[in-house]
Amino acid sequence: MNLPAGLFPTLPVATDARWALPVVPPRRAGESRVERAWAVLGSVADPEVPALSVVDLGLVREVTDLGDGGGLAVVVTPTYSGCPATEQINEAISRALEDDGLGPVSVSLRRAPAWTTDWMSEVGRERLRAYGIAPPGRCGDAAAGAPIHIVARGVSCPRCGSAQTERLSAFGSTACKAMYRCLACREPFEHFKPI
Amino acid sequence: MSTPSITSPQDARSRYLLRVADTCLIHAQRQSEWCGHGPILEEDIALTNMSLDLIGQARALLTHVGQGATPPLDEDQLAFLRDERDYLNMTLVEQPGRKGGRDFADAVMRNLLIGAWLQLMWQRLQASTDAEVAAIAGKAVKEARYHVEHAADWVVRLGDGTDESARRMREALDRLWPYTHELFDDDDADAAAVTSGLGPARSALQADWQATVKTTLADAQLALPKDTAFRSTGSRGVHSENLGYMLAEMQHLQRAFPGGRW
Repeated sequence: MNLPAGLFPTLPVATDARWALPVVPPRRAGESRVERAWAVLGSVADPEVPALSVVDLGLVREVTDLGDGGGLAVVVTPTYSGCPATEQINEAISRALEDDGLGPVSVSLRRAPAWTTDWMSEVGRERLRAYGIAPPGRCGDAAAGAPIHIVARGVSCPRCGSAQTERLSAFGSTACKAMYRCLACREPFEHFKPI
Repeated sequence: MSTPSITSPQDARSRYLLRVADTCLIHAQRQSEWCGHGPILEEDIALTNMSLDLIGQARALLTHVGQGATPPLDEDQLAFLRDERDYLNMTLVEQPGRKGGRDFADAVMRNLLIGAWLQLMWQRLQASTDAEVAAIAGKAVKEARYHVEHAADWVVRLGDGTDESARRMREALDRLWPYTHELFDDDDADAAAVTSGLGPARSALQADWQATVKTTLADAQLALPKDTAFRSTGSRGVHSENLGYMLAEMQHLQRAFPGGRW
């Protein structure tokens, strides 16, 4: 299923220093192509959560230099089975690396091990909180198939920090989020579900 | 209708996988009928989110089945260009809700009965000797847990709710229960899957499924219906009258505009 370019136009997003992604750093002397690629990918935003890069999310699993003008091979693990942004993410990765002169780029999919929010970086978690989304707790054994609880524990309000929150729905505006509200500051907020 | 149907792979392995893929696909299609019609906004979003997960799972499995077919088929050909008899979904998921599909009791009850089955199926498929199937299952099982939790939450809330909600949940259960026998009704594809290590026989899921469903129904104060002699056969390709209408809607664009793209 190929979606046409421009179906999801990139909306202008007001950047905020608290959560803005780093700009691509200048090249360092002696930097390998793979190191350079990771630096570039650290600035490629996830289309649904622009406060996180594809590296912060743990989507990029491997970057290999194919050498001799062969370009780069990037391995990506999808977040959700039905994530509608998968194709868009792959394109954004290719475009960013090719724009930086690292092409040609081939992006391949690796399903196992399945993506988990435990792969999200600490920096990413803090940026997520600043963006207004409560970051996921650790899955640990939950990922192994233990029952999940009706009310997740320990989700603090990303605005006021209160632990007095309640879940409104396990499903939110995107597959990865649940809807919550804070009982202290009364603000609704989203929670990135541990999975 | 100008695009001819494809020849669907008929080997036992493909039929075993298509049964799971089609159950996800048709369940997603039924559930997505709630898009824009949910009783509350949160539920509208939840039902469509779950449908999206199910379509993703179906896509992955259909792609995998298609790659193994001769000649190879893609996910769209398998999803949209088969004849009704070649769809192998469980009959349960094609059942429409009452009140023109707008009875929420039917939606949550169907979601519990099939969700608990899919969750167990994905759990077992994680150990498949087919590495791609195991990888798809490893992702899907995490999503399935959320679906079952959500369905069970509603079944208990409404079953143990008001007189009106309890009555409607009882009716939904009585109406859908006869279709659950099929979820555990082994055939040659199950036997072949067990031999090859592709996946479990359907009957092997029955004890755990009953434990989950019985616990939830007991919490919901809903009595288990009596078994009847009725047997549905969608997973063998012989469907209730409801699937044809769904396929007419699902296939219309691909049939009318061959290879049509956005």
